[in-house]
Amino acid sequence: MSMFVSAMTTAAVMMGITLGFVTYAIYAERKVLGWMQLRIGPNRVGPWGLLQTVADVLKLLLKEDIVPHKADRTMFLLAPIVAFVPSFTVIAALPFSEHLLLADITIGLLYVLAVSSISTLGIVLGGWASNNKYALLGGMRAAAQMISYEVPLLLSVVPVVMLAGSLRLGDIVQEQAGGFWHWYIVPQFFAFGVFLIASVAELNRTPFDLPEAESELVAGYHVEYSGFRFAFFMLAEYMYVFAMAAMTTVLFLGGWHAPHPALDVVPGVVWFVLKFVGVVFFLFWIRATLPRLRVDQLMGFAWTVLLPIALLDIVVTAIVQSIIR
Amino acid sequence: MAIRTEQLLLNVGPQHPSTHGVFRIVVTIDGETIVNATPVMGYLHRGTEKLAEQLTYTQIIPYTDRMDYVSAMTNNYVLCHTVEKLMQLEVPERAEFLRLIVMELQRIASHLVWWGTYLLDIGAMSPFLYAFRDRERIIHLFNELCGARLTYFYMRIGGVKWDAPEGWLDRVRAFVPTMRAQMAQYDALVSGNEIFLARMKGIGTYDAQTAIAYGLSGANLRCTGVPYDVRTHHPYSLYDRFSFRVPIAHSGDCYARYCVRIAEIHESLNILEQALDVVPDGPIMGKVPRVVRPPEGEVTASIESPRGEIGCTIVSKGKDRPYRLKFRRPSFVNLQILPKLLIGESMTNLVTILGAIDIVVGEVDG
Repeated sequence: MSMFVSAMTTAAVMMGITLGFVTYAIYAERKVLGWMQLRIGPNRVGPWGLLQTVADVLKLLLKEDIVPHKADRTMFLLAPIVAFVPSFTVIAALPFSEHLLLADITIGLLYVLAVSSISTLGIVLGGWASNNKYALLGGMRAAAQMISYEVPLLLSVVPVVMLAGSLRLGDIVQEQAGGFWHWYIVPQFFAFGVFLIASVAELNRTPFDLPEAESELVAGYHVEYSGFRFAFFMLAEYMYVFAMAAMTTVLFLGGWHAPHPALDVVPGVVWFVLKFVGVVFFLFWIRATLPRLRVDQLMGFAWTVLLPIALLDIVVTAIVQSIIR
Repeated sequence: MAIRTEQLLLNVGPQHPSTHGVFRIVVTIDGETIVNATPVMGYLHRGTEKLAEQLTYTQIIPYTDRMDYVSAMTNNYVLCHTVEKLMQLEVPERAEFLRLIVMELQRIASHLVWWGTYLLDIGAMSPFLYAFRDRERIIHLFNELCGARLTYFYMRIGGVKWDAPEGWLDRVRAFVPTMRAQMAQYDALVSGNEIFLARMKGIGTYDAQTAIAYGLSGANLRCTGVPYDVRTHHPYSLYDRFSFRVPIAHSGDCYARYCVRIAEIHESLNILEQALDVVPDGPIMGKVPRVVRPPEGEVTASIESPRGEIGCTIVSKGKDRPYRLKFRRPSFVNLQILPKLLIGESMTNLVTILGAIDIVVGEVDG
């Protein structure tokens, strides 16, 4: 019983942390984008606009829940949940430090990647069930894009697994101990590149934000959603920003390890958060810089550039590893 | 077994982020490929030309402000210029200089709006805000000059309404190098970007013959290698006094149109630089009767607006109001090629192609 209570408590704490992250990730994104674009960003609600996102979410919760008359009602109501729930379950398997992780799954890596791909279904479902042409186009784009980029994303983590010899995320981090030259970004730079690009595509963020391309599809798959159902989609999107940034940190940037053994006095969580924030900032930064790709270019890029690089990387890693042994 | 597919009729606009106003286009798509496209216009039609028949010549000028609201100065000019041509009025030198300076500033401002919104269409967010910052500098200059930011009502038949305030010309002079530096930054940010080039090169291509057959003008014509610019071919105002290049490109695609417009900003800066050094002192209004009453006759004049050749035809019966007034609105003419360009393209390219034409719906609908 006490086990159950403590598990529930940790889960609740974790949920609080992630929700807090999402709230302030949105705030940070708006601030960073604002500064990059010669604007101020939110600064009205609360000191320095810190309560802006809270106010936005409250507003969304209070809004009328509109279901279009011609929509497929069941599917329409289900879609945001399908998109949202996996995004939370992913968080459970992420190791933030040696001791701070909720579920130490032996196949943690596989779990994270598998569960996160369920959200695609929610997006396609939402696009289809809305019975709106723009939403349908957005949903179809999302399906094509996310399935295409799942392949290089999965392949790019294979070399890491080969080096670490484990699918447990904690083990992968432990293998990278002892300074930044041990981090997998050094031997696996190409895998890192493929992973980062593919994860940006998985997140539907600029330059791969085609499913919700504002200038073409108005809002894409969530065009008919309003109120808290829309908030669910948004929340899921930012949860995945959280998850993908954490995964990048774990797989390639040494997780909670300090860049130099001399700096080990600083708690691991601090290093984790620093690297994690760096990755998140990078995502914001490219959003402010790059234009959007076209659908055919996007597909071509996944299949003709990322996939061969990922495959080649696996082969080279395998050869080098067997020679060294 | 073959999968049954269906074509989809999709209404793009009149409320759509990329139609630059209330323009509507009905497309039939097969997957994401456009099989048919029908532009629908007229949502912003205000009947400027008909209204003008009830108005005195000076009263028409503010209506031209609202036609191409991104480039009101050139619109002001084309009307005043046509009436002056009909009346054979002399415009004082200083007034003509001021007109030329504001028109070139307006061209830069207009191209900046295009640049920003076009990149927004393509999916880059930041350039829009950068472009509007620099446009703001120009608008601020206009505000100092005539007290308005968008609809200036600055020019009058026979001159301009306001003389340049103290130090205004110096501020314009200071603006030129600032703008040049900004342009270098924008080139670094956008013009070499791989994604950007991949989005624009080879999209919406047509050749010179097609462009001429469709009556295209401005950057839409010059992108095919035809160096036609009213400023050099039929010089008006004082353009024959300054040396400037007419930028052209040869590939006839969206990228060519982009390059032409960027180069035009540089040329406008060159013209400004030359003009600012030789602005004479003197009156700003010519000897114009209190009531403008052109002689009986018909006259046509055209000038180079940022969007192309804007023309004005006036039929006068010797009254203080025109008997008939007609504008050749370049946005409207340039738009006619759109359905032809869209067939076979994807939804994404629809936005790219429409944006590259550079329409202002106020001008399309008149």
